[in-house]
Amino acid sequence: MRSNRMGWLMLAPTLAILGIFGILPFIYVLYVAFHRWNPFGASPDMVFNGAANFRRLVFDQEFLLSVGLTFQFAVFAVLSEVILGYLLAQLLMRDFPGKAVFRTVHTLPLIVAPIVVGSVWRLMTTPSIGIIPHLLDSWFGYDLNIGRDATTAFILTIVMDVWHWTPLVTLTLLAALLALPKEPFEQAQIDGANRWQIFRHITLPMIRPAILATVFIRMMDALRTVDEVWMLTGGGPGASTRYLGLHIWKLVFPKTDYGYGSAISVIVLYLTLVMCWLLYIALIAPRAKRSAG
Amino acid sequence: MRADRPYLTLLLWLILSLFTLFPIYWLFVISVKPAVQLFTTPSVFLDTVYWNNYAEVFQDETLRGYMMNSVIISTGNAVLVTVLAFFACYALSRYDLAGKENIFFWTITNRMAPAAVFLLPLFLLFTKVLKIGDWSLYDTRIGMILLYCTFNLPFAIWTLRPTIDGIPRELDEAATVDGASTWQVIRQVVWPLAAPGLAVTLILTWVFAWNEFLLAATLTSFNARTITTGLSEYVTTTGTEWGKMASISIITLIPALVIFAVVQRHIVAGLTFGAVKE
Repeated sequence: MRSNRMGWLMLAPTLAILGIFGILPFIYVLYVAFHRWNPFGASPDMVFNGAANFRRLVFDQEFLLSVGLTFQFAVFAVLSEVILGYLLAQLLMRDFPGKAVFRTVHTLPLIVAPIVVGSVWRLMTTPSIGIIPHLLDSWFGYDLNIGRDATTAFILTIVMDVWHWTPLVTLTLLAALLALPKEPFEQAQIDGANRWQIFRHITLPMIRPAILATVFIRMMDALRTVDEVWMLTGGGPGASTRYLGLHIWKLVFPKTDYGYGSAISVIVLYLTLVMCWLLYIALIAPRAKRSAG
Repeated sequence: MRADRPYLTLLLWLILSLFTLFPIYWLFVISVKPAVQLFTTPSVFLDTVYWNNYAEVFQDETLRGYMMNSVIISTGNAVLVTVLAFFACYALSRYDLAGKENIFFWTITNRMAPAAVFLLPLFLLFTKVLKIGDWSLYDTRIGMILLYCTFNLPFAIWTLRPTIDGIPRELDEAATVDGASTWQVIRQVVWPLAAPGLAVTLILTWVFAWNEFLLAATLTSFNARTITTGLSEYVTTTGTEWGKMASISIITLIPALVIFAVVQRHIVAGLTFGAVKE
């Protein structure tokens, strides 16, 4: 039996770096969350105010609205990405001319920086100068105005997110599909199973861990989206695309309300953590244990 | 298997590519238009091409410096993260460490934090805490390389863990019986078998580091400023110079594209996320 000291030694640098750059700032944020602190406000001193920040956010309509919006955004975006990503991965499993080229083309969105993605989508969709409203208007007479219509802006942020991140899902699922053994599929065809049955009873159970891990990471990133949406809509019109990341951003920077911003961050982190932990316990951990044992 | 109908598939991919490429094409269109033309009625095709944005960008030494910083920081971070994550995953997979599943889950929580509020403590940490004499981590490449570990290490650990778990322990044990040291087992058995997964981790962490914006915007000023952050200077300080911003964006696609193209084939063999492999 090898000594565990070696194992801890291998883990040590990771724990050290995450401890210094992850935990230390978190402790600071947690500390600030229990204070009233607006360094550029009328009373710049940090004053301990117990759980007042947390009490405030429970009744904060703007915050609650933002929580709801963020979850809707994340769920719609990630769900679309996974379904679309899976279909595209299946399409890449086929043989057709120029496959390698299309695979590379399809990964291009990943390498565009989020602030650039936001900027391009904004220039494409700004009423009267953007190409998309222009084409929609001249072809269908449809008036697309993200500066005025809340639903349109909301949908557009999802479309942009889907455009940007579906390739990541496609890549992970494609790899999972390629790693599958062939025999069960051949057997199922001999037995006369149709496509849906093959998908439901063979493919899905086998790539489930890959789908879940992808959903997990994508969900987490969607819940803290800032740059892209900031550039596209700035959180508007009104507060219709003011997702949590932007909401906190607006509290901390223009208003410099650090105490309250910290409290919200702690709660958001807590909500994300609980959600992911439940997902992890329910879906990933038991399977990992089974396949390891 | 059933017939693949290759030309139908090809047609489908051509249509899909239109959607994928259009925003990138539009980025290019913006980059080759003089500012005044951006605010006229748009048309899908270009009638004139105006290369001045590119010429100005290429002559700009500051931007060249930013680009260099980006390459060094992304590459340094991706390599560091991949190596650290490899050892972390090996430890989590092969040793019976107390609370290791909790540690595994805890790592990913570092990726969940909404960034805005963490910028202040990180700024204090960089300027006040981690400093020796006059030297501090603020505005240094090494600082950014270490900092990017907070979001890249969790991702790398979660991507690599199933790969390392998937390498049969019997192989390690057989090598150990033959008298190999732990280091030799890692070097000659596990590392080569995990190579595709490592390549994927390297490329995706590289992309995340390359594209990062908020942290670099706060914790660097000039010496370690990255190109992604340099882009934002065209949005805020001088009004918005869309054309220049777009041309820089197009240029920054190139190094990323080169790396992506080289490692593409590994991605296909590598990212298995614990798929059952016989």
